[in-house]
Amino acid sequence: MANFTLNINGKQQTVDVDPATPMLWVLRDHLNLVGTKYGCGIAQCGACTIHLGDVAMRSCMLPVSQVGNQAVTTIEGLSENGDHPVQQAWLEHDVAQCGYCQSGQIMNAAALLKANPKPSDAEIEGAMNGNICRCATYVRIKAAIKTAAG
Amino acid sequence: MTTSNSRRTFLKNSVLASGGMVIGVNWLTGCKNASSEAALTMPKEWFNFNAYLKIGENGVVTIFTPNPEFGQNVMTSMPMVVAEELDVDWRNVLVEMAPFDAVKYPPAIFGQFTGGSRGIMSKWEPLRNAGAAARHMLKEAAAQAWQVPASEITTSAGVLKHEKSGKSAGYGEMAAAAAKIPVPVKPTLKEIKDFKLISQSQKNVRGKEIVTGKPMFGVDYKVDGMLIAMIAQPPAFGMKLKTFDGSAAKAMPGIKDVFSIKTYNDGYEKGGFDVNAFPELVAIVGNSTWEVMQAKKALTIEWEPIAAYSETVNGWGGKQVVNVPAGLENSDDHAAKMAALAAKPGRVVRRNGDPEAAFKKAAKVIERSYSCPYLAHNCMEPMNFFADVKGDKVKVAGPLQIPGFIEPTLAARMGIPVENIEIEMTRMGGGFGRRSYSHYLVEAALISQKMNAPVKLMYTREDDMTNGVYRPAYHAVYRAALDENNNLLAFHVKAGGIPESPLHADRFPAGAIDNYLAEDWKIESNITIGAFRAPRSNFIAGAEQSFLDELAEAMGKDPIEFRLELLKRAKENPVGERNDYDAARYAGVLELVRDKSGWGKTPVAAGVSRGVAAYFCHASYAAHVLDLTMENGKPVVQKVTSAIDCGIVVNPDAAANMTEGAVTDGIGNALYGEMTFKAGAAEKANFDKYRMIRMSEAPKAIDVHFVKNEIAPTGMGEPPFPPIFGALANALYKATGKRVYRQPFLGEREVMG
Ligand code: FES
Ligand code: FES
Repeated sequence: MANFTLNINGKQQTVDVDPATPMLWVLRDHLNLVGTKYGCGIAQCGACTIHLGDVAMRSCMLPVSQVGNQAVTTIEGLSENGDHPVQQAWLEHDVAQCGYCQSGQIMNAAALLKANPKPSDAEIEGAMNGNICRCATYVRIKAAIKTAAG
Repeated sequence: MTTSNSRRTFLKNSVLASGGMVIGVNWLTGCKNASSEAALTMPKEWFNFNAYLKIGENGVVTIFTPNPEFGQNVMTSMPMVVAEELDVDWRNVLVEMAPFDAVKYPPAIFGQFTGGSRGIMSKWEPLRNAGAAARHMLKEAAAQAWQVPASEITTSAGVLKHEKSGKSAGYGEMAAAAAKIPVPVKPTLKEIKDFKLISQSQKNVRGKEIVTGKPMFGVDYKVDGMLIAMIAQPPAFGMKLKTFDGSAAKAMPGIKDVFSIKTYNDGYEKGGFDVNAFPELVAIVGNSTWEVMQAKKALTIEWEPIAAYSETVNGWGGKQVVNVPAGLENSDDHAAKMAALAAKPGRVVRRNGDPEAAFKKAAKVIERSYSCPYLAHNCMEPMNFFADVKGDKVKVAGPLQIPGFIEPTLAARMGIPVENIEIEMTRMGGGFGRRSYSHYLVEAALISQKMNAPVKLMYTREDDMTNGVYRPAYHAVYRAALDENNNLLAFHVKAGGIPESPLHADRFPAGAIDNYLAEDWKIESNITIGAFRAPRSNFIAGAEQSFLDELAEAMGKDPIEFRLELLKRAKENPVGERNDYDAARYAGVLELVRDKSGWGKTPVAAGVSRGVAAYFCHASYAAHVLDLTMENGKPVVQKVTSAIDCGIVVNPDAAANMTEGAVTDGIGNALYGEMTFKAGAAEKANFDKYRMIRMSEAPKAIDVHFVKNEIAPTGMGEPPFPPIFGALANALYKATGKRVYRQPFLGEREVMG
């Protein structure tokens, strides 16, 4: 066990955990930020996507010891009032079915648009292919990303 | 079940809770209206009208959704039906998930059932009656207050009005008096033409919570002092626990205990949904998920083969003896066994005319075999459940489809009356049938009981995928007899599977062909199977619709025209008595999809290949036209045009979303979906091996159309799924010149042909 002071959604938070603990479980079990979801644990589904700086990361294989003082953003911190353009576009297209994958989808989409504000269809597909939606809402996810891109 | 129900207390607690601990799933929605636009002021007092709704003195209405939500959007569509009949402004409505309560939401077992596309279908009348009854009571109360005849009072958007006297009042003002009016047994319902809310698309009432990552799923459930549990299960079907040594695991950081649990008492007679290959498990309990995951790896467990056994299962069709063989099964053996049985005569389920004679005198016989593998449900949220057992009282909360089926199982195992069990249904991260078999709820309760503490049981993805209640492997042989002029003389289907047959003998084209024969067979197995989105139909539709396509081609007919001719016959002069489907509605979706896709009229773009298929199941009708191109030997689905007849569509945009999902899910499973077994073990345990459809493989566009009619709603979640397999197969043939008979069509084989 060791203490780690993390910068999460703009707040300093200290946790006392095994250094190998993935950020996913630090967020969910220790910081009560449960919007970040467990889907596979092996970086194959994208349900656990968070931002490290501006980059989308799979938190399920990211040990807490590697985070350091980089800014971590989770779905809870993507916007103050849930009105990030990606979140708004998701509501406009009423994307979700079960909704379980959607925080990961949204985090990945937000990082994509930050890096590439006007992605082509192929670029959207390339960036989003790591995020599984078992309910298969892909058509709407893509449409919402295009709306958010404006 | 909870028999005493104090809504006011519940709400008070809920609101309090929103300031602090996460105690459930409903608290955070306590002040959001149904359309998710603005906050509503909470009333000071609620007045209960019935199990489905209560009205506050300020006119705010809370509507309870009885059936568990797994993405089919019943949290929105069910309250819409109540709100319609209540005649209230949707923006003044709050929505809550009802707890499981077999008395308040009858009938027992089926009252709160998510599955079989039965939700809206079975709740249509109760939901309408609930809203209409309250509206009637409000009118009566106003009539008494104003001393005017109730028949002269009208309602609109939550306001009562008496035209002649010019009096009016909001529902809130009359709520206290109205709640005391006797509940009418048969309240007058609106005329369908007068619907204002139903058939107008409304946004998901939980949309905002979803996009902001609010806790709402079983995995998010948390109370003070809660421990995390995981289970270790046999590595293969056909194995069981022999001995284990948990001492090393128990010594690891954060670990509280390691012990074994047994899901059923000896001699327990299982119900139809007590499907569970691994009733004896090792449980590991600790402080946090990661610590428990690590400790699980340190367990030493010896497993041993099971002996063959027979058990009596009290399922749908009464008691049945099920034989479970011993042995470690292999997919290769399964394929060989299925081919062998398919070559022998099966059990005759339906015969019309003299099919044997017709085949004898045929000028040409077409025979084709189709098969599919097991499928894992792979709900995005792995199986999990919360349990808090205190003495003889049990509180459980989590994702499940049919609380009514697991409650008696849990009561029997714990030796307590059902009255002592409280079941809270959280939003499910998918279900697809898997969460009809909620053995994991009993496991969680047993672990909580042993620990004397609240516990959340979590399955890893690997546990979830390898402890499946899979879609069975199926096989079907279709034969058609043609005369020298290519007229259809006879039709024969023989279908079976492990351990059940996918045959629906009384569905189309039964009823449309004079000489018809349907046979089935099955092979016993110890691999557990169960409902998977449109059970049996999810295979047989694709096989049948591929065969009809091939048959139409052999007969020199357009595939839609050919089906319409058969349906005309079934409508005008049906063969046999027991034809399940309505031939006119079936033809209706084919005609609609033909028109909307421009079938046969609009020339398809260069390089585009089209296929069509249709199917009837869950009381609804669906047809698809699928357009694809081939790029580097891989199919790219450019567009799917869908036509659905599910009666009145309560929430059209949500139903379109569901159709898009079903279409894409079907294409994924048809192309890639496959679980295989070796020495009893599921060979794929996570998404690195189990291929799921991803965004780049999804259709580029899906265009959904609904037949407009006034038929009470029929199924919606499942019907669009089965026929897409056929539409895809038929388009692939057009593209490659080769028919596909074995699912998955692509699988690991990246390139077609
Ligand atoms: S849980 Fe991290 S990618 Fe699936
Ligand atoms: S909405 Fe259910 S997994 Fe994506």
